[in-house]
Amino acid sequence: MAAAPADDPAVLVDFYRTMLLVRRFEEKVGQMYGMGLIGGFCHLYIGQEAVVVGMDAAIRTDDAVITSYRCHAHALVRGVPPAAIMAELTGRGAGVSKGKGGSMHMFDIERGFYGGHGIVGAQVPLGAGIAFAQKYQRRDNVTLVFFGEGAANQGQVYETFNMASLWKLPVIFVIENNQYAMGTAVRRAKAGTELCHRGEAFGIHGVQVDGMDVVAVHEASRGLVARVRDGEGPMLVEMQTYRYRGHSMSDPVKYRTRDEVQKVRERQDPIEQLRARVAGGGTIAGAELKVHALVLQKNPGGGCGSSRAEPSTMRR
Amino acid sequence: MVEMTVRQALRDAMAEEMRRDERVFLIGEEVAEYQGAYKVSQGLLEEFGAGRVIDTPITEHGFAGLAIGAAMAGLRPINEFMTFNFAMQAMDQIINSAAKTLYMSGGEVRCPVVLRGPNGAAARVAAQHSQDFASWFGHVPGLKVVTPWSATDAKGLLKAAVRDPNPTIFLENEILYGVSFDVSDGDVVLEIGKAAIERPGRDVTIVGYSITVSRALEAASMLAEEGVEAEVINLRTIRPLDVPTIIASLARTNRLVVVEEGWSFAGIGAEVIAAVCDRGFDHLDAPPARVSAADVPLPYAANLEAAALPQADRIVRAVRDVCYV
Ligand SMILES: Cc1ncc(C[n+]2csc(CCOP(=O)(O)OP(=O)(O)O)c2C)c(N)n1
Repeated sequence: MAAAPADDPAVLVDFYRTMLLVRRFEEKVGQMYGMGLIGGFCHLYIGQEAVVVGMDAAIRTDDAVITSYRCHAHALVRGVPPAAIMAELTGRGAGVSKGKGGSMHMFDIERGFYGGHGIVGAQVPLGAGIAFAQKYQRRDNVTLVFFGEGAANQGQVYETFNMASLWKLPVIFVIENNQYAMGTAVRRAKAGTELCHRGEAFGIHGVQVDGMDVVAVHEASRGLVARVRDGEGPMLVEMQTYRYRGHSMSDPVKYRTRDEVQKVRERQDPIEQLRARVAGGGTIAGAELKVHALVLQKNPGGGCGSSRAEPSTMRR
Repeated sequence: MVEMTVRQALRDAMAEEMRRDERVFLIGEEVAEYQGAYKVSQGLLEEFGAGRVIDTPITEHGFAGLAIGAAMAGLRPINEFMTFNFAMQAMDQIINSAAKTLYMSGGEVRCPVVLRGPNGAAARVAAQHSQDFASWFGHVPGLKVVTPWSATDAKGLLKAAVRDPNPTIFLENEILYGVSFDVSDGDVVLEIGKAAIERPGRDVTIVGYSITVSRALEAASMLAEEGVEAEVINLRTIRPLDVPTIIASLARTNRLVVVEEGWSFAGIGAEVIAAVCDRGFDHLDAPPARVSAADVPLPYAANLEAAALPQADRIVRAVRDVCYV
């Protein structure tokens, strides 16, 4: 077992670099959308970076991940090349889904990434099916199923909790509670208990984690992943997080104040929190952060800008 | 040749495919310990164990989604719906997940699932348990839709469906489960997308699928007594539709009647006739006719039920109309 990550500067630097990659990439996507180079529904992950980065680092490359339409970051951290994602966003043949899927539908099974699903909640039974396959084939893999707190109100989620628990499937249900489902604040849609308890009627252990703190996310995830891999059955984690941008690019965000967003950015930003923690002592790690920040500033998508030069699928 | 019922043929197809390929498993309500609500999975639990013959809770949206996800992850699920009426609960997963993912992933994610179960009217189970969904599923690119009639169809097409890399909707018929047919021995595998001529004839082509093939054959016998020789085509597959076989028959008979158990609006008859107008219009000597369910939810009373479903006498009348006799 590696050293606890909180003590390992190299791990923290890596978290920082990956979170920053996601943020810069998504900012670039936002810009390109504004320029008309990306179309349709496009949902950015800015603000939520710690969730996917901390969790992905807790699983193996042969494990599986499935999520909703808000999927650019999940694909990126699984190792899909930024250029292939950007080419998909711009509707090119070089895109990860050959330009057929777009922002919401990216897949890369080699890297254990099962998409990219546009129907709220639909990825939950699908993810349980992937976990079912892992167990059926007697592999010691786990599946992470990401969904929003809005999706947590879909009936099929509870149908899935029931089966996953009944059959002890190796799945972790990750509720990314970013506080809003489109314009609906969580308190306007959620009856009953905290979301982390929503699996308890099915015997599914649940925890609530500060999803703005990548170290907390990672440590909680490591524990859950180890237990699920050991055959304890499904677990649930509610990640308390926040999305800075609109639900999608077409959302004018009238349902909350700028002030609310600003406060979260100032006090809880996942990247800033980690930077403060690492850079504090003037260490080598601190210097590395600066280098990463500079590199990503110059080249936000890791070379993705080149996709503009590629032929569109239409002209092929 | 061996004589067997459609029920046995389906069972044997599943057992043979499960023996052949470790990835194949059966999942659904009452498929294991109860041996199938209609006893189609008789003996499978005993042979393959609870790891491969899996009873689910009553949770169609959930278990169909789970089976579809397992298929995306490399397994070969056979998902039984107790009847297709209940598949409406799972429609989103069938259409949005199973049918569309191969395309929208740019060919990356395959979904080799078979979704099977009885479809259409049974006997006096009323409106909510009696509907033919062939045209619903047939509408969707990304799905294959198979409608077996005989035991040979059932066996050969189910085995083909299990081996097919695409999601396949396999629409059985409860009334046919107990009907016996001769089936060749051994590994019967039919090609999906090929129709069969069940009775040759030169005067008129009657196209049907599933139980309407039985009705069409009854009608053909009645017509033969009047001196009209009907050719009966069993579509076997709704999507992809075997248009060449229909056109070739029409080139000989020049007259067409399409029989379906579903409603006529935007139905299979409409689709077959549109295909004929596109690709075989010059063969037609009379406007083609449709025989379908009455445009009402299926009634319970025996006389009303019979009147609402396509029967041989209505097919005979339609044939007389298109033959101008
Ligand atoms: C079944 C379904 N209903 C409605 C929508 C439209 N829709 C897309 S995203 C969304 C909000 C979902 O919020 P949440 O699950 O919290 O995820 P988030 O977008 O915050 O990541 C809605 C209503 C949809 N895509 N699917």
